[in-house]
Amino acid sequence: MTTPPPEEWQRLYHAMCRIRQFEAQVQRLAAAGEVPGFPHLSTGQEAVAVGVCAHLAAGDLLFTSHRGHGHVLAKGSDAERCMAEILGRDTGLCHGRGGSMHLVDAGTGVLGATGVVAGNLPLAAGAAWAAQALGSGQVSVVFFGDGATGAGVFHETLNLAALWQLPVLFVCENNGYAEFTSREEHSNVQQVSAFAAPYRIGAATVDGNDLPAVHAAAGQAIAALRAGKGPFLLECMTFRLAGHYVGDAQQYRSKEELAAAREKCPIERLGRHLVAQGVAQAELDALAEAARQEIVQAVERARAAPAPDPGTVLEHVYRAAELQAVPG
Amino acid sequence: MAQTFIEILRRALDEELARDARVHLLGEDVAAGGAFGVTRGLAQKHGAQRVRNTPISEAAITGLAIGAALGGLRPVLEIMFIDFATLAMDALVNQAAKYRYMSGGQLAVPLVVRTQSGAAGGAAAQHSQSLEAWFIHVPGLVVVAPSSPVEAYGLLKSAIRLGEPVLFIEHKRLYTMREELAEGPADERELPAIGRARIARAGSDLTLIAWSAMTGTALEAAAALAVEGIAAEVIDLRTLLPLDMDTIAASVGRTHRVLIAQEAVTNGGVGAELAARIGAELFDELDAPVERVGCPFAPIPFSPALERALLPGSAALAAAARELLGVPARAGAGGR
Repeated sequence: MTTPPPEEWQRLYHAMCRIRQFEAQVQRLAAAGEVPGFPHLSTGQEAVAVGVCAHLAAGDLLFTSHRGHGHVLAKGSDAERCMAEILGRDTGLCHGRGGSMHLVDAGTGVLGATGVVAGNLPLAAGAAWAAQALGSGQVSVVFFGDGATGAGVFHETLNLAALWQLPVLFVCENNGYAEFTSREEHSNVQQVSAFAAPYRIGAATVDGNDLPAVHAAAGQAIAALRAGKGPFLLECMTFRLAGHYVGDAQQYRSKEELAAAREKCPIERLGRHLVAQGVAQAELDALAEAARQEIVQAVERARAAPAPDPGTVLEHVYRAAELQAVPG
Repeated sequence: MAQTFIEILRRALDEELARDARVHLLGEDVAAGGAFGVTRGLAQKHGAQRVRNTPISEAAITGLAIGAALGGLRPVLEIMFIDFATLAMDALVNQAAKYRYMSGGQLAVPLVVRTQSGAAGGAAAQHSQSLEAWFIHVPGLVVVAPSSPVEAYGLLKSAIRLGEPVLFIEHKRLYTMREELAEGPADERELPAIGRARIARAGSDLTLIAWSAMTGTALEAAAALAVEGIAAEVIDLRTLLPLDMDTIAASVGRTHRVLIAQEAVTNGGVGAELAARIGAELFDELDAPVERVGCPFAPIPFSPALERALLPGSAALAAAARELLGVPARAGAGGR
């Protein structure tokens, strides 16, 4: 594994800033009542999205969950179209039919974002099977939280992926909570990577707030997938700085726990690392500011976009008009 | 030579595997032929990569098939009994059905889930259900239930080519039914359109609407009624979602009376939806309320004596038809 050049770290720093800014805007707009539904933020988990997606080509496939804004942006989707979707606009990725929990962008390989925890895991394995069967060389990546390990389909999918040696990377963002319930309370197995061994899947646990660590581990894992070495489970230990959803008062966590987590912010951490490497703080500030401006402008364009035409509400249930002819 | 339902299904799958390299079969035991032998020999002929055994993991294999469809394959998944689809409901209802819509038309799930339902031979309550009504409630799914080997051949091929998530419900009582099918693959133009019913028997006195194995039961009832001078028209729905209301409307326009025959319990069934739609859309055509015959509201029992007592047969259908027409019950008519 070669170490990326300094410019690459700066690019990844910028990518994390974009996600942070994007979600700060989602939070602001949600507080103002402009976001329908239940947005879930990945604030504090940006290094996982960016460190993994840095190794993916445009044609590689990605499946995310209800907490997916960061993954979709890191995969290369347009911030304005993502925000427009979250705001329920016609210009959104899914023309306002998906929303925050279901950002899908076929153009960047984002093939799924499922709101039912763990439902995305077999889909990602299936896309990997298609890639394997068609010899396309694509890899499939699925992001999920540690809460998903409580679902039977998590174990079923690991077994299948291992049996069929599918090119799928399981990325667990272990943020220590399944919604409001701590990992101690929802499982006796504290390290998600421990589930890999019985199925004979390669696995690693890394500090998910350490971008270079995530980047190195993901790079190794994805290279192995491309070499046909079967699936891999990468557990990234991280922390959800926001609540389960926007508006969650987080009464299940102490102030001390949150304060300690903020100290481990992956963006600040990479910044300190880069400054120590000789990058000027002003340069990093400029990257952060560029990200902020881009996102602010994207948000304003998204807000100005029209809502979908109510007359189109029955479009896309089926492709064929004759199947569509079911009365509401 | 006449072939069984199972042999004709196998032929359809064999031809589709040969026609389109994207078609892949998967499911529990399918490489070994499957629990009912439908896929026997196909792994040997088309390769173990295209006809794949899976673990007993309905949730994961259904999700996997959806992901494979998204990734460019045309998977045909076998869920051994429709009763086991209960384990795959997230994948079927939350994922497969909604992909096209939730993605704003960017993605589709060209997937066929073959499954098998109905009561026969003491399979008991967890291997005998008729659960089709659950699925017609879900926008985005297509539900097909063939009534004979030849029907299954064409409908399965059409389903594989449709490009939508299709639940293809076979009936275990039909598996041994034999029919003649012409040699060689059918021309695409000869394949039945999904979403279109067929008139299985023409008649002018009442319309019997059925699907799957109950089509045969309805035809038996129609034959018995014909002896008494009653001309029953039998509609074989073929597709349960979406319903072919055009064919139904044309028939009701001729007969003005409707009897629905289903094996499922009547409560909340496909027949309830049919009755509501016919009542609302064709009220002026009706000379009598729409009637339904189905299973009484109980699980399917194990003992053959009890199973027989529960299942609606042609005698029950004929009796309901006479009542609908105001014809006195036939002397000696009884049983189900």
